[in-house]
Amino acid sequence: MSGDGLLVPTGSLVHRLPAQVKIVALLLFVLAVVSTPAGVFWAFGLYGVLIVGCVALARLPAATVLRRLAVETPFIVFALLLPFVATGPQVDVLGVSLSSSGVLGAWNVLAKGTLGVVAAIVLSASTGPRDLLAGLERLRLPSTLVAILSFMVRYLSVVSDDLQRMRIARESRGYAGGRAGHLRAVAGGVGALFVRSFERGERVHLAMQSRGYTGRLPLLSVGGADRGQWLTGLTVSLAAIAVAVAARVVGL
Amino acid sequence: MHVPDGFFDAPTSIATGLIAAGAVGISLHRANREIRETGPALAGLTAAFVFAVQMVNFPVGAGTSGHLLGGALAAALVGPWTAMLVMSTVLLVQGLLFADGGLTALGTNITLMGLVTVLVGYFVTRALLQVLPRRVGSVVPATTVGALVSVPVAALCFTGLYAVGGAVDIPIAKLATAMVGWHVLVGIGEAVITGAVLSAVVATRPDLVYAARHLQADLVLVDADGNSSTVSPDRPIAARPAGRSLGVGVAVTLVVAGVVSLFASAHPDGLEFVGAKLGFESAARDSAVAGSPLADYGVSGIGNSHVSGALAGIIGVLVTIAVGLLIAKVASLRSARANADTTVS
Repeated sequence: MSGDGLLVPTGSLVHRLPAQVKIVALLLFVLAVVSTPAGVFWAFGLYGVLIVGCVALARLPAATVLRRLAVETPFIVFALLLPFVATGPQVDVLGVSLSSSGVLGAWNVLAKGTLGVVAAIVLSASTGPRDLLAGLERLRLPSTLVAILSFMVRYLSVVSDDLQRMRIARESRGYAGGRAGHLRAVAGGVGALFVRSFERGERVHLAMQSRGYTGRLPLLSVGGADRGQWLTGLTVSLAAIAVAVAARVVGL
Repeated sequence: MHVPDGFFDAPTSIATGLIAAGAVGISLHRANREIRETGPALAGLTAAFVFAVQMVNFPVGAGTSGHLLGGALAAALVGPWTAMLVMSTVLLVQGLLFADGGLTALGTNITLMGLVTVLVGYFVTRALLQVLPRRVGSVVPATTVGALVSVPVAALCFTGLYAVGGAVDIPIAKLATAMVGWHVLVGIGEAVITGAVLSAVVATRPDLVYAARHLQADLVLVDADGNSSTVSPDRPIAARPAGRSLGVGVAVTLVVAGVVSLFASAHPDGLEFVGAKLGFESAARDSAVAGSPLADYGVSGIGNSHVSGALAGIIGVLVTIAVGLLIAKVASLRSARANADTTVS
């Protein structure tokens, strides 16, 4: 796992927007999608057009986006089961009796979940971890939480590499594969990883104190977003909110 | 287990978001002194550890492998308040940086995986430590059971959220059986892994295990003349007085209640719906206990409209907050008593 998260650097307009604008835009977009009644199919079509437009604007490769959609899989399975277990009036599809509310529910979970994941992928692929933290800081996340987040993100690759080295060492001593007898070896490695991480945390803190740390980290962000950037960033979200309102008013 | 966007309706997502924000606020408050003393780097590295470990596949027997959620383990290793911060941090990074778990579902995910698993795991661990022999090693079986219990309880909370804010009517009793049944299996895997990892830590650095700090043996000091005296080992940083955190909890409840009244007054027939919901709640509880045909009535009683979702969600919030505060209160009382015990002995 690299320290850059899922960033795909293409230098597009979306990449250049300040992170706090993108976080707020993502939140508004997803809220608009979630609050739309599942039966208003045209609204979801419009959301789809909007988010695909964002993907195109960010110049993200379609294959990457599709591959990252895999995180949704467990809930797709759940959604596909819904028509069979839900109650209410039944409809016959190809000789199989399905619950009509279940079919609508499956559509609801699939459509909203997929739109949400694609929107989150656009954010994570267009924003580096450091910018994201700066954005959260601008959005007034408590400073302690920002500090913990920043150390987590900074040391994620260090800890992952530690784990990787331990795995190589373990497997080269014959503890590979999935037999239960190997649990002790794997767990021992993970226990050692905790001790290492904890001690590293202590060392880092002492090193910070010896360099004059007094409990306040320097700010990550430089300057806020101007009005133009907010307007640009929120265009898609405002369009989505308009669609959500229209879906409520107009209905089917 | 990461819930995506749209799985629960908007009111439930917002309500769980408020619960999660409240929980993180209380944890920040309670862990504040610890973090000032040990630095944010320690918590950050613990979070990186949990994140990395969630990607390790453990062989858990019968040809299967599982991976760790880590709530109960983190609670035993760094204490419940820091653990809640650590788990919330992990979930925030997964949601924002790795697109895993929806942003509107972040509150739900933090509530289920950061709050419920940590609190249940820690509470069970502490309760068992009261009855197990007073040795550091006792923390391993205690946390194992804590991990075993924490996963099905989180699944049960998920089912409860689904009952009030799920998008589709499915028989709740059936869903609960399926969810809990499956997650007992997941919980067994979680328990085996947690126990194995914790016993490895206890074997090398028992002093690092937060849940066992009060179980450390006394240090024996022998001076130059051969006189020996016993000194208690490093005492855990004293917990803050419970009164203040309870005040914060009440404040959070009031804020939620304020939002509740906004929601409720937005709907003209709000009171009628509250009544209907309350009737439904009791019917559903009967059916869960007795397995009676009332379950069908209860399920058909869940409307799909946002009104019922909002109100039912709000009732869920209040009940959950009350239960959460109760658990926190009991847990802090227990730890206070345990501290008093060690001081006396």
